[in-house]
Amino acid sequence: MECKETRNLLPAHADRELGLREAIEIDRHMQNCSGCRGEFARQRALREAVKKHATYFAAPGHLERRILSALPHEAPQPKRRGKSTWPWGWLNAGAVLASAFALVWSISLYLAVPSADDLLAQEVVSSHVRSLMASNIADVASSDQHTVKPWFSGKLDFSPRVSDFTAQGFPLVGGRLDYLDRRPVAALVYRHRQHVINMYCWPSSAEREAGVQTQSRQGFHLVRWAKNGMVHWAISDLNPHELMTLVQMLRTGEGHPAA
Amino acid sequence: MTKPNTANRFQQVVLPHLNAAYNLARWLCRNDHNAEDIVQEASLRAFRFFDGFHGEDARAWFLAIVRNAAYTWLQQNRGHEQSVPFDEELHSLQASATVTVLSPPDSNPEAILARDDDRGLVNRALEMLPAEFREVLVLRELEDLSYKEISSVAGIPMGTVMSRLARARRLLGECLKGIDNGIRNGMQRDQEPAAGPRR
Repeated sequence: MECKETRNLLPAHADRELGLREAIEIDRHMQNCSGCRGEFARQRALREAVKKHATYFAAPGHLERRILSALPHEAPQPKRRGKSTWPWGWLNAGAVLASAFALVWSISLYLAVPSADDLLAQEVVSSHVRSLMASNIADVASSDQHTVKPWFSGKLDFSPRVSDFTAQGFPLVGGRLDYLDRRPVAALVYRHRQHVINMYCWPSSAEREAGVQTQSRQGFHLVRWAKNGMVHWAISDLNPHELMTLVQMLRTGEGHPAA
Repeated sequence: MTKPNTANRFQQVVLPHLNAAYNLARWLCRNDHNAEDIVQEASLRAFRFFDGFHGEDARAWFLAIVRNAAYTWLQQNRGHEQSVPFDEELHSLQASATVTVLSPPDSNPEAILARDDDRGLVNRALEMLPAEFREVLVLRELEDLSYKEISSVAGIPMGTVMSRLARARRLLGECLKGIDNGIRNGMQRDQEPAAGPRR
C-alpha cells in the first residue's frame, strides 16, 4: 500500500473502522514508513486527548422531570370500550349528531378555506424563511445590477428591474430564482444592517397596477404592490418603517434601473 | 392496564439517552440554559413522532432529532448572537487548515497534550471549531458512536464521516497549537514564538 492511500485510510484506522484486510495492510506499510507512523500517532493522540480531556456535559437532574411533565398527557388512542355496554338506542341519536357535526364541519371548512391571496402570502413567507436557512441566499451574488440582471435572462420569460441602493443603506446582495404562484419568479436579495430583505417579482395579467398593501405574518412584514403589469412582494424581519423606505425606492427609484 | 402507555415506553426507550442528547446540544449551542431548551424541544418532537419509530437504534434516532433542533436554534440565533465572530473563526481556521496540509507537521500536539492543564485547552479548542466539525468529534469521542451511527445522526454518507473527522482533528490540532502559542507568548515575551510548544 502506498503512502497516499494509507494517509486516506489512517483516520478510519485510528477509529478502528477498517476491515481486517485493510488494517493489516496499513500496519504492514507503517512498519516501514515513519512518516505514516507519526501521522497515525498524532491522530491517536488527538483522539485520546478529546476522549480524556473534553468535558462530557451530563443532563442536569431536573431535565428528565421537566420533559416528562411537558409531554402531552392524554392517551394517544382512546381505548375501545366493550360495545355491549352501550344501549342500542343511543346509536340513532349518535348518527344524527354525527351528521349534524359533519354538516357544521364542512361549512366551517368551506368558510375557513384561505383566500388565494392568503395562500400566496404564506408562500412568500415560506420562501423567505427557506432562503434564510439555505447556505447561499443568492444564486448570483453581486451588488452590481449589471451582473444580476443579465443573469436572469434565459432563466425567466421576463426581465426584472434590478437596482442597487447601497448608497441609501440597502445594498443589493444578489438574485436567485424562486417559485411562487405556480411560476418561476425573480427574487432579489437586499440587506439592511443584519436584516435580509427578499423582493419577489413576476408579471401578472390579472393585476397590472395596485397600490402598496402591507401585512404581517409570523413576525415578518410583507409589502405587495403591482406596477406596469409586474407583481412585487417584499418581505423581511426589518421594521415596517425601514422596509417601506426600501419599497418606496424600489417603486420610484425604478427611474434608474439597469440597462 | 398491562400494556405500558406511550409515555412510559418513551421514558424507557428514549430518555435513557438524555445525557447523550444534552451533551450534543450543549456542545453545539455552547450554553447550559439553551441546551436544556433544545433538548426539551427535541424530546417533545421525538414524542410526537415516537409512534413512527420502529428502528433498533433509539440513541441515533433521538440524537438526529436533537441535532436538528440545535441547528434550528443556531439558525434562529445566528443573527444577533454570534454571526460575525463565528464566521471569522471559521475563515481563519480554514486558512490555517490549508497551511497544515501544505506544511509538514513540525510541532506535535502530543507534546502540548502531554501536560496536565489540558482540560481547559481541549475544551477551548473544541469550542472554536465550526459546528459541523465539533459535532462529529463529540459524537465520535464522547459518545463513542460508530461511523454508521454518526452518518445516520448527521445525515451524511459514511465516507464524509471519515473525511470530516480527519479534517476536524486536523483543525483541532491547529487550534490547540494556536491557543498554546498564545498562552506561551503571553507568559514569556522574550521567547521566540517559533519556538513552538516544546518545553
